[in-house]
Amino acid sequence: MNDIPNTFRNQPDERGHFGQFGGRYVAETLMPLVLELEKEYRRAKADPAFQAEFDDLLEHYVGRPSPLYFAPRLTAEFGGAQVWFKRDELNHTGAHKINNCIGQILLAIRMGKTRIIAETGAGQHGVATATVCARFGLPCVIYMGATDVARQQPNVFRMKLLGAEVIPVTSGAKTLKDAMNEALRDWVANVHDTFYIIGTAAGPHPYPELVRDFQSVIGKEARAQMLERTGRLPDLLVAAIGGGSNAIGLFHPFLDDPDVRMLGVEAAGHGLDKQHAASLAGGRPGILHGNKTYLLQDEDGQIAEAHSISAGLDYPGIGPEHSWLKEIGRVEYTSVTDDEALSAFQLLCRTEGIIPALEPSHAIAAVAKVAPTMPKDSIICANLCGRGDKDIFTVAEHLGVAI
Amino acid sequence: MTRLSSAFSRGPSLVCFITAGDGDTAANLGALVEGGADVIELGMPFTDPMADGPAIQKANLRSLGAGTTTADIFSMAAAFRARHPQVPLVLMGYANPMTIRGADWFAAQCVKAGVDGVICVDIPPEEDPELGPALRGAGVALIRLATPTTDAARLPAVLDGSSGFLYYVSVAGITGMQQAAIGTIDANVSRIKQSTDLPIAVGFGVRTPEQAAEIAKLADGVVVGSALVELVGEHGKAAPGPLRDLTKALADAVHGAR
Repeated sequence: MNDIPNTFRNQPDERGHFGQFGGRYVAETLMPLVLELEKEYRRAKADPAFQAEFDDLLEHYVGRPSPLYFAPRLTAEFGGAQVWFKRDELNHTGAHKINNCIGQILLAIRMGKTRIIAETGAGQHGVATATVCARFGLPCVIYMGATDVARQQPNVFRMKLLGAEVIPVTSGAKTLKDAMNEALRDWVANVHDTFYIIGTAAGPHPYPELVRDFQSVIGKEARAQMLERTGRLPDLLVAAIGGGSNAIGLFHPFLDDPDVRMLGVEAAGHGLDKQHAASLAGGRPGILHGNKTYLLQDEDGQIAEAHSISAGLDYPGIGPEHSWLKEIGRVEYTSVTDDEALSAFQLLCRTEGIIPALEPSHAIAAVAKVAPTMPKDSIICANLCGRGDKDIFTVAEHLGVAI
Repeated sequence: MTRLSSAFSRGPSLVCFITAGDGDTAANLGALVEGGADVIELGMPFTDPMADGPAIQKANLRSLGAGTTTADIFSMAAAFRARHPQVPLVLMGYANPMTIRGADWFAAQCVKAGVDGVICVDIPPEEDPELGPALRGAGVALIRLATPTTDAARLPAVLDGSSGFLYYVSVAGITGMQQAAIGTIDANVSRIKQSTDLPIAVGFGVRTPEQAAEIAKLADGVVVGSALVELVGEHGKAAPGPLRDLTKALADAVHGAR
């Protein structure tokens, strides 16, 4: 038995823990449902028909596989490693979020649930959830902080067009964290018929695991595409991290490839010494929203307000598997400020003709720092997890342009 | 006999919840005792009270907005214990503020302040190692919640390691909303009583003396929270009078079932 290789891909344990992180810190009312979800997910995972339906929808509805693209002008600009992008911004609805929503709504249907709820920050997960609800004819309620409703009107309108009810949340700071609290309050009152589609690889077990598994299509494709195109694996993977679902989706299939380094990029907002959303860099372990993970908090365990120019990264926590990967040292984590992300956003527009979302703009900013230090025959694969159409108003405002 | 078991041994008991640091906590707690509360639940404010309805959410924000710290809460508890040596005091709140300095630290502070028990909303039996062993080791009761979704298969896990009393949440939902039908509560409490000798207190959605009287006929305790917290929100520093009056009406109703 000693010859079983060590692996970074056998987490979480049977109690949903990634090392000391993860777990199921939920109210007793939700616990039986969380256990039932885990059982049903095990059954679905073992059911070829479930996988076949998931794959079919990803291919014909979402538009997968997404391309793996070599960025020649950006590579020349940096003058170091070759820069490649996994183009998940080309998915239906414009981001990686839809991969997970397809998987979860299939689970909801398997469990006989007839009503879907979700939280959203920028509205990308809300739009993806409203999309799959329209596709499968299920009523959909989206909780969104009132502050975010005001600053993300186009996505609010999209969700409504798709038939979702958008409920502005006025508690707390009226952003993503409060939307998640309110979604949990809805869930606890409607456990019998409602499925909660969580948008990132966080929350109570089994959510971090199942969201990771659904998003791992990103890394599985990227690995096969890279081998086919270059005959080798990349030297470095780079992805932005809010909750961390696009990053874990890219990283996980490569975790046991010892020569592949990985870099997760948190949002440093105005700077790590000011308001930011970098839970790993500026937080410490705690318990929130069903899991133990790194959180931005004060010495009494009160949760701090996060800040990022990117609403999708504006959350004071991070998925528990990232906390574990940081502690064991398998993945490196860094952070990028609002200003650096804005510069990277504009750079990609001009060099490659791609308008990225502000979330992957953080990954691109990190690539800008590391690529020049690497040899020209080395390969970086960054996840372009969303497109920037939703962000042009925010960017214009920051550049002082009236549109 | 502990303070908790002694309180419940007198017959149906009134359990009153207010949020620490919301208004004049010492005066508010005094009013609850004067009104006839048998057990006090002191809420630890948290930024993200996801099991609470609007009334207690607002109380949390008022308290944190006033600068309440964990050290302040233990000072309030210790002062209460000095003034009221016999009245059981339970802290109720969320996992993060309770565990952030380590469970052993928290349990030691509870002992020092004379806290009799702890209710943690978001640590189910599955995550018991996070807090349970430290509390049990320190002789502080770990009061668990059972809910309408806690079925027969699951109940033993909830009871295992529970002490003090069992808090039966009458509805699947958040605090301060609708109360369940009395028949449903009766059936669930009777079912749970077959599995435990712990006193069972029923809460969530209990607002009036009439409701409290009905529940007192079938349970060992009645928990009232949001209705009291709303009085603190409405009256601020002048809350002790109205709190005492409502508590007295509730206590008369509950004790009438003795």
